[in-house]
Amino acid sequence: MTKTARAIDCDVHPVVPKLEALFPYLDPFWRESFVERGIPSFEANTYPPNAPLSARPELRGSNGRAGSDLAQLTAQVFDRWNARLAICNCLYGVELPFSEDMARAVARAVNDWIAREWLDRDPRLRASIVIPTQNIEFAVDEIERCAKDRRFVQVQVMAMQETPLGRRHWWPIYAACERHRLPLAIHPGSTYRQSMTSLGWPTYYFEDYASYAQAFQSQLGSLVCEGAFAKFPGFKVVLLESGVTWLPGFLWRLSKFWRGVRAEVPWVDRSPADIVRDHVRLTIQPFDAPAEPGVVERAIDHLRSESILLYASDFPHWQFDGDEAMPPGLPQALRDKILVDNPLATYERLREDA
Amino acid sequence: MNIELRQPDVAQKSRLKIIDVDIHPKSSVEDLRPYLSNRWWDHLHTYGSRQRQGFLKGFPYPKSQPQASRRDSWPPGGGLPASDLDFMKKQYLDFYPIEYAIMNPLSPTGQGDQNDEFSAAMAFAANEFQIEGWNRRDSRLLASVVVPYEDGEASRTEIRRRAGDRRFAHVLLRSRTCELMGKKRYWPIYEAAIEAGLPVGVHVFGTSGRPASNTGWPSFYIEDMTEHAACCQAQVVSLITEGVFERYPELKIVMIEAGFGWMPSLGWRLDKTWKRLKDEVPHLRKAPSEYLRQHIWVSTQPMEEAEEPEHLIDMMDWVGWDHIMFSTDYPHWDFDDPFVALPPTLDDKRRAQIFSGNARALYRLD
Repeated sequence: MTKTARAIDCDVHPVVPKLEALFPYLDPFWRESFVERGIPSFEANTYPPNAPLSARPELRGSNGRAGSDLAQLTAQVFDRWNARLAICNCLYGVELPFSEDMARAVARAVNDWIAREWLDRDPRLRASIVIPTQNIEFAVDEIERCAKDRRFVQVQVMAMQETPLGRRHWWPIYAACERHRLPLAIHPGSTYRQSMTSLGWPTYYFEDYASYAQAFQSQLGSLVCEGAFAKFPGFKVVLLESGVTWLPGFLWRLSKFWRGVRAEVPWVDRSPADIVRDHVRLTIQPFDAPAEPGVVERAIDHLRSESILLYASDFPHWQFDGDEAMPPGLPQALRDKILVDNPLATYERLREDA
Repeated sequence: MNIELRQPDVAQKSRLKIIDVDIHPKSSVEDLRPYLSNRWWDHLHTYGSRQRQGFLKGFPYPKSQPQASRRDSWPPGGGLPASDLDFMKKQYLDFYPIEYAIMNPLSPTGQGDQNDEFSAAMAFAANEFQIEGWNRRDSRLLASVVVPYEDGEASRTEIRRRAGDRRFAHVLLRSRTCELMGKKRYWPIYEAAIEAGLPVGVHVFGTSGRPASNTGWPSFYIEDMTEHAACCQAQVVSLITEGVFERYPELKIVMIEAGFGWMPSLGWRLDKTWKRLKDEVPHLRKAPSEYLRQHIWVSTQPMEEAEEPEHLIDMMDWVGWDHIMFSTDYPHWDFDDPFVALPPTLDDKRRAQIFSGNARALYRLD
């Protein structure tokens, strides 16, 4: 693993152990309200804690949980997997409540908790700003509040929203992202405003997890077709835990239709495939191709970009076995780009430490 | 360069036969009148079609051109595109070496209507007209068993009515069903299709009554079109995960007009996730990608266009050369011309498989 010695891990997940952990970061009204109303938690249903995918077996503590202990995270991500920086993407359910005010309070608490309990305690950690997408004005306020802390390197939202992310009412968030040079990260997870598929609720969690790939496709289509990247040339999007190999086929289809019906979206003034390669990045885990070097090589070749992939372990989720998060058979130069150069190019704030 | 590419195609015109698995002859509601009872004819005129969307006429995502059809497909004698057999022969059936073409009527068929009984009556009429109005006049035109798919038992009745009639090629559903296709409410359709020895074709479009994406309503027609691939991914995942192919090992599904660039990746993703979550789906006895490979066929149009042609060949290789069937989508605007649609580097064997061999085997058209 010495080859990953300077790696930047773009997707690790600190877990809020219990709601009370956020109490120091809530104002008295909300603290009292959560207690008086008996609210148990804002933990999201995206990763059922005991499901095998949700945590590597060797990381599970006596309560079966993983990811809430700083020492465990740093031992795994920095010591065992040899990263030198890691970006914390907290998946607590700040986008779930229907009350905008409540969502704002939880988002603020999570961001302050991350800054105090994680970033302050290990200089190798960075984080995403979680935002209350229930109210765009509140979301922008939260970006402005947190962006002053240079250890926050991006803004993070869930993959399934009430409306597609390209829709114009989202754009003040992207203006804020561009203003502060913060990419927007999209992570599996749902606000549960829509069913997990466009045809309703699936029976199995297995299907829920599969359905995120469709949400990523819809979000990219929306961001491109609505013109978000034309409006904000400095705006970048990072797809976390999205899988990778669905992208070329999706871009072929979208770009073909664009050639046919581009009069409908005249602000899309070049091929969607080119726009996505310029503005969008994807993390490497889960890597959704068989671990056969020939197939991996061809699938990577289909991306037609050496800049588009970013290293990520997805700690503590159990995506890969053993210690090798990188797919097999990649040329060394490309490996180095994915591990180090591409993350540095994507996150301006990481370059301040380089 | 163009000349080099087109010369072999001209030679193929005389050599190749084409079985086109997706065309859209158009009927009018008046065409269906002889096959509708007075009750449902009156219902149609009084209450119209109620398709879980808001527009009295037209579509939530307006098409790029009238009737979503080629500008040159309007018959000179009047009427809608693909409503005039003589003109369709001249422009399509005789112009290309069409051996068979499978009709997938999209409207008026009553499919997806909020009223199941009306839907069943319309499906019956649409099926009668495919035979009386089209197949009897040109036997190259094969019919689909249009079913009122939101009512499993009514669909079974309609499939049984057509069982054994070789003029019907497959059972037809639209892709945007009210619930995922793996759910039990749709199983009578699969049982009846197997009983009748028919594949089940799933043609894109329809209105599920839900947002067109799992993250809400997109704004544009271009997104509506790309969403079909996502929709069909969800359907395939549901069919596999619910154990439909374990329960019905003879079931064959044809995804029509949904593309295929998403299929290999979907199989890989499911296999990877299955490795972790096997215990939730103990009824699956093999890797999800194996069900995909064995039970799902695809049509070509709109033909994927890779930025580098050899990438498309990779993709077809991963999908499986024996499960890809040619389609034109005549008379729609994104029609794929048989003379130029397939990648020029395909060898003759694969070209023949895609143009007719695979469809001949699946639909038993010997």
